[in-house]
Amino acid sequence: MTHETPSGSAAAVLSIKGVSKTYAGGFTALKSVDLDIAKGEIFALLGPNGAGKTTLIGIICGLVNASSGSVEVFGHDIKGDFRLTRARIGLVPQEMSIDMFTKVKDAVAYSRGLFGKPADPAYVEQVLRDLSLWDKRNEQMRALSGGMKRRVMIAKALSHDPDILFLDEPTAGVDVELRQGMWQVVEKLRQRGKTIILTTHYIQEAEEMADRVGVIRQGEIVLVEETATLMAKMGRKKLTLQLAEPLQALPEALAVDGLSLAEDGYALHFDYDTQSDRTGITTLLSNLNAAGVSVRDLETQQSSLEEIFVDLVGGAS
Amino acid sequence: MNWRGALTIYKAEMARTGRTLMQSVLAPVISTSLYFVVFGAAIGSRMESIDGIGYGAFIVPGLVMMMILMQSVSNAAIGIYFPKFNGTVYELLSAPISALEIVTGFVGAAATKSLILGALVMTTAAFFVPMEIQHPLAMLAFLIMTSVTFSLFGFIIGIWADNFEQLNIVPMLIVTPLTFLGGSFYSISVLPPFWQTVTLFNPVVYLISGFRWSFYGVSDVDIGISLAAIAGFFALCLFIVWRMFKTGYRLKT
Ligand SMILES: Nc1ncnc2c1ncn2[C@@H]1O[C@H](COP(=O)(O)OP(=O)(O)O)[C@@H](O)[C@H]1O
Ligand SMILES: [Mg+2]
Repeated sequence: MTHETPSGSAAAVLSIKGVSKTYAGGFTALKSVDLDIAKGEIFALLGPNGAGKTTLIGIICGLVNASSGSVEVFGHDIKGDFRLTRARIGLVPQEMSIDMFTKVKDAVAYSRGLFGKPADPAYVEQVLRDLSLWDKRNEQMRALSGGMKRRVMIAKALSHDPDILFLDEPTAGVDVELRQGMWQVVEKLRQRGKTIILTTHYIQEAEEMADRVGVIRQGEIVLVEETATLMAKMGRKKLTLQLAEPLQALPEALAVDGLSLAEDGYALHFDYDTQSDRTGITTLLSNLNAAGVSVRDLETQQSSLEEIFVDLVGGAS
Repeated sequence: MNWRGALTIYKAEMARTGRTLMQSVLAPVISTSLYFVVFGAAIGSRMESIDGIGYGAFIVPGLVMMMILMQSVSNAAIGIYFPKFNGTVYELLSAPISALEIVTGFVGAAATKSLILGALVMTTAAFFVPMEIQHPLAMLAFLIMTSVTFSLFGFIIGIWADNFEQLNIVPMLIVTPLTFLGGSFYSISVLPPFWQTVTLFNPVVYLISGFRWSFYGVSDVDIGISLAAIAGFFALCLFIVWRMFKTGYRLKT
């Protein structure tokens, strides 16, 4: 599950250098973004709406012209060698974009043809089966449910067997079952050595799926970290102390930031920052001792990426 | 080169035509045939012949050209506008396919369709009016060049258009008037001298004149000028399309 952070562009399948984008209206959506993605990793680009995730993917895939900077895919420039770079990339865009009157199998065959690849019925069948679309191959798109349409878009993106797959908010408006199915497909792709870059503003998703997370905010990558490291490094923890005797109220002598009493009075919750020099745990415990409160049991809990994220975004502004 | 990609676009466009056979083939054939019946057979029998050609026969090349211009422009325009409209243009932009290959696919399909329509309409015309074709090869060359050039022009319109109104406005407000005033129904020699001069600024005049020459050996303007005019317009359209893709005009942001 662990992947080394690529040190230079040599190890990277995707290398973004100083990419900025100012839209025609004058709005700057990306500010000198640098990012390297290693082969075979699942990378989550995490950021709120409007952070610039779709813009960044658009530049890599050829939908958006960068204002400055360069992008290399497998060592090839995306402009000068667009045929080489695009042949290895599959894109599932954020918006549902399909021709309603095409049949599923024709839509997938069309995508494959656009990429200049000869028909390969066996491969296409496998893709459709993996996405539970095989039974629907002769249906027109308009006859499919929303979730199926999304899967067709994934099938189209996989039709030319790309090495890098972009999933732009793959689970937005998608039900639990489909989400599970989607992760299975992603996992299978990873096992075949594919690199997957997904965007999301659902933090659990990044936490569950990604090897590394890049946090993007107002057009800037503010942090890139292995998911586990990020959790350990940045995480706040919650300490829960089970009390032998219930407390009516929090004694004045104990009151510190982050400490609260459970409703039933049998537990104390203490939020602390694992990164800080003084977590406050020692003081808390000695204060408890002094106040004559006896502790029966204790446990700590890692806070979710969501909470980390709120910290980051809230703190930096 | 990714010619398979171009062929894929071409086939998909032809399939789209196949799905809308009534609207895309039957409608233009019927409406053009109505012109033959009304202007050619009914009114034409009471008209003087022009340049020694019966009126019914005289208008056939002009009507065929008019239909081809309209169909080429609107087919190619819709062909590229539709992916922009439903968002599937992302696939074209993110595929390893060049502007030239994309244009070949879309314009090739629109031009093919125009040629099929042209053949159908001329066959239909032969039932209503006596026709001869003196220079069949020149006629074919004119048909192909016109279909391709105006499909290219339509492709530009399709990229430029931001909504359905804009998509329709150019064919309606520019192509139709230019064709009507381009000598489909009359020889420009019947116009007063001043209007004859004005007419020479209408590019469609050269097309219709040259096309009519391939049928009956008579023309309003020199055949060489006709060929040069269409070649020039073709080059202009090609240049514009090339610039559009180069800059990503209305395709990329
Ligand atoms: N075509 C465009 N023209 C002008 N501004 C745009 C355009 N597309 C996106 N933006 C702006 O750029 C910012 C980033 O958008 P986007 O990349 O879609 O963010 P995200 O995918 O992270 O939600 C947003 O503020 C958005 O309004
Ligand atoms: Mg987005």
